[in-house]
Amino acid sequence: MNSTPATTAPPVDTSGNVITRLWRHEESRSVIIQIVTMVVLFALLALAARNVAINLEAIGKEFSFDFLWSTAAYDITFSPFIEYTSRDTHMRAMWVGIGNTLLVAVCGIILASILGFLMGVMRLSKNWLVSRIVYCVIEFTRNVPVLLHILLIHGVIVTTLPPPKQAIPLGEHFFISNRGFFVPAPVFEEGFWLVVMAFIAAIVAIVFFKRWAKKVQDATGKIYPVFWISLGLLVGFTGLMFLLTGMPLSWDFPVLKGFNYKGGMALRPEFLALWLALSYYTASFIAEIVRGGIISVSHGQTEAARALGLRQNRVLQLVVVPQALRVIIPPLASQYLNLTKNSSLAIAIGYMDVVATIGGISLMQTGKEMETMSIVIVIYLIFSLTISAIMNWFNRRMKLVAR
Amino acid sequence: MKFKPTLILSAATLALGITSGAQAGTLEDVQKRGSLNCVVSTGVPGFAYTDESGEWHGFDVDFCRATAAAVLGDAKKIKAVTSTGKTRFTLLNSAEGDVLWRNTTITFSRDVGVKLRFHGVNYYDGQGFLVSKDLGVNSAKELDGASVCIQTGTTTELNLADYFFANGMKYEAVPIETNDEGRQNYLAGRCDVYTTDASGLAATRSTFTDPANHIILPEIISKEPLGPATRHGDDQWSDIVTWVYYATVTAEEKGVTQANVDEMKSSKDPEILRLLGVEGNQGEELGLPADWAYQIIKQVGNYGEIFDRNIGPNTPIGLERGLNALWTEGGLQYSPPFR
Ligand SMILES: N[C@@H](CCC(=O)N[C@@H](CS)C(=O)NCC(=O)O)C(=O)O
Repeated sequence: MNSTPATTAPPVDTSGNVITRLWRHEESRSVIIQIVTMVVLFALLALAARNVAINLEAIGKEFSFDFLWSTAAYDITFSPFIEYTSRDTHMRAMWVGIGNTLLVAVCGIILASILGFLMGVMRLSKNWLVSRIVYCVIEFTRNVPVLLHILLIHGVIVTTLPPPKQAIPLGEHFFISNRGFFVPAPVFEEGFWLVVMAFIAAIVAIVFFKRWAKKVQDATGKIYPVFWISLGLLVGFTGLMFLLTGMPLSWDFPVLKGFNYKGGMALRPEFLALWLALSYYTASFIAEIVRGGIISVSHGQTEAARALGLRQNRVLQLVVVPQALRVIIPPLASQYLNLTKNSSLAIAIGYMDVVATIGGISLMQTGKEMETMSIVIVIYLIFSLTISAIMNWFNRRMKLVAR
Repeated sequence: MKFKPTLILSAATLALGITSGAQAGTLEDVQKRGSLNCVVSTGVPGFAYTDESGEWHGFDVDFCRATAAAVLGDAKKIKAVTSTGKTRFTLLNSAEGDVLWRNTTITFSRDVGVKLRFHGVNYYDGQGFLVSKDLGVNSAKELDGASVCIQTGTTTELNLADYFFANGMKYEAVPIETNDEGRQNYLAGRCDVYTTDASGLAATRSTFTDPANHIILPEIISKEPLGPATRHGDDQWSDIVTWVYYATVTAEEKGVTQANVDEMKSSKDPEILRLLGVEGNQGEELGLPADWAYQIIKQVGNYGEIFDRNIGPNTPIGLERGLNALWTEGGLQYSPPFR
């Protein structure tokens, strides 16, 4: 409710009482409206809170978070980060849920970005067939609700793949079944931390090397093959340490025992379905954003860069992508937010995310609807604000770099 | 000022929320509305399911109909509010439903913590395990390492965790929302075992193409007393639901059936006369017409008739009366006197 510049303000009106005079004045009117809106808004919130309090009181419930410290009593099988049993508390079950939501959101964002960029670029391909096929794929995925994609993939995995006893082997240690994809799990032995340290040291060295190389280039124009040297540093240094410490890494292979595979790692159908569906669904939106971003860089820029004698990939790297990114990043952020929020559809296939744990089973088993739902809302709010903050930071950085 | 109408609207809904959330007067609400809202399951054969024409049937639904017959004089005037294991109490407590008839186990925490009123046990049940014969498993103790389909938000989910923990066994929990989802995942082989109330297992098995290839293991690992529930704070309504259930049991005990209920009005047994409203003023005391129980039996039937019609030995579900026989026949179904 911004007021327009006061150049056209009517002559001061002295008729009527104070209120009507204030009301006629454009600027003060806007202030009045804003105040009234705020008052009404807070009154409504207070009314809602009062309503909740009255209704809870009427059925004799109190608003309290004490239940978080009582025994959850239910099992969560999928908990890759946190040790959890049914004897743990609701609080811990909540952390398991948060971990699972984060896992699928982070994996989803990574895969969706990769797929989205690939599809976006392919959509602009000069090859008619490629761009048409990608176009059809994008239109199909974008226009079917993501819940159906999730159910579809889950259904396909569960009904078409064989049970564990007839699992399809891929090589000796990989198995595909309708209970998930079983792969060897790495077991880190003593001394592995040295390898990790070497890895970190290599990255630090690369950062310094890059700065130095840039300085040299600015001063003398000499260009080092930065990428290859960096890669060599990383692989060479880490690999050397790995050999020196006597290869402190072994594998835990999945083997069929009784009903299921034991050992190794399992990518369960619920995780796979949610991850893949969220990724390609979001990727189809990202593809369009990427396409729009690339098109938005005027053709003159590309031609000018070529005229300077830059090779095609340098044109992309130095001229097109930095400018396209400025257009791409803001809408990309909202796609990441969507993906994270859509991950709450996990409940449809029984992936134990935060909605299914604290906002589902804990809610039901304790009868604390208001409390658990408030917790879930706050958690999503934190996720969303964090993503926004990161993307804003990235956006600002891109702007500076491009200028 | 586009936002104004919306604001007024939400203010109105909030204000209305207060009135509809008010607790007493459920009977009046139902009579004014002219139909009874029952919280039922999303679908369990024999207990609550719809036929081709979309009409609701089943053991739980018949008790809902009995309540409608008593309160509105018409067993057809019901509306089914479907609920998963997780949504049922919220639906009841937010007044979406007037009463819950949905294979719901009475427990301490639901009675005291969730603040529900329970009204007796219309089905004595226990939790069992359903497995395919091909697995070659004969006892629940052999299930170490199995994948188990389990409905979230149920007592059975907690019993399962307790049972495997107590027996030092591990399992993969495959959480599902509805009975139908459980059935699909089980048949597709996503889980080795489906576990829920034994009655629910029998009902679910009856829909398989090869029911004979699946067995319910001998271990019954819990007590699942199933019964109706209402909200706190409306004693009159609680009394009505309680005595609707007792009326069906007393009718069976006294031999009053759908077929002979009219003749029974001239019975020599004073309790039957009180039940059918020929003598005394029990209907009035409940706030109902004098013939409330007559309408239940006339339109829906007594306990035994409801049982046999929906889940008894001659139905595809094929459940024996067992614990649910009358106390006079060695079972637990027992009604306090109508006096
Ligand atoms: N009696 C248990 C379990 C009841 C339950 O949810 N049973 C399942 C399987 S028979 C069911 O009724 N499902 C109905 C649905 O999916 O809507 C409880 O009260 O928690």
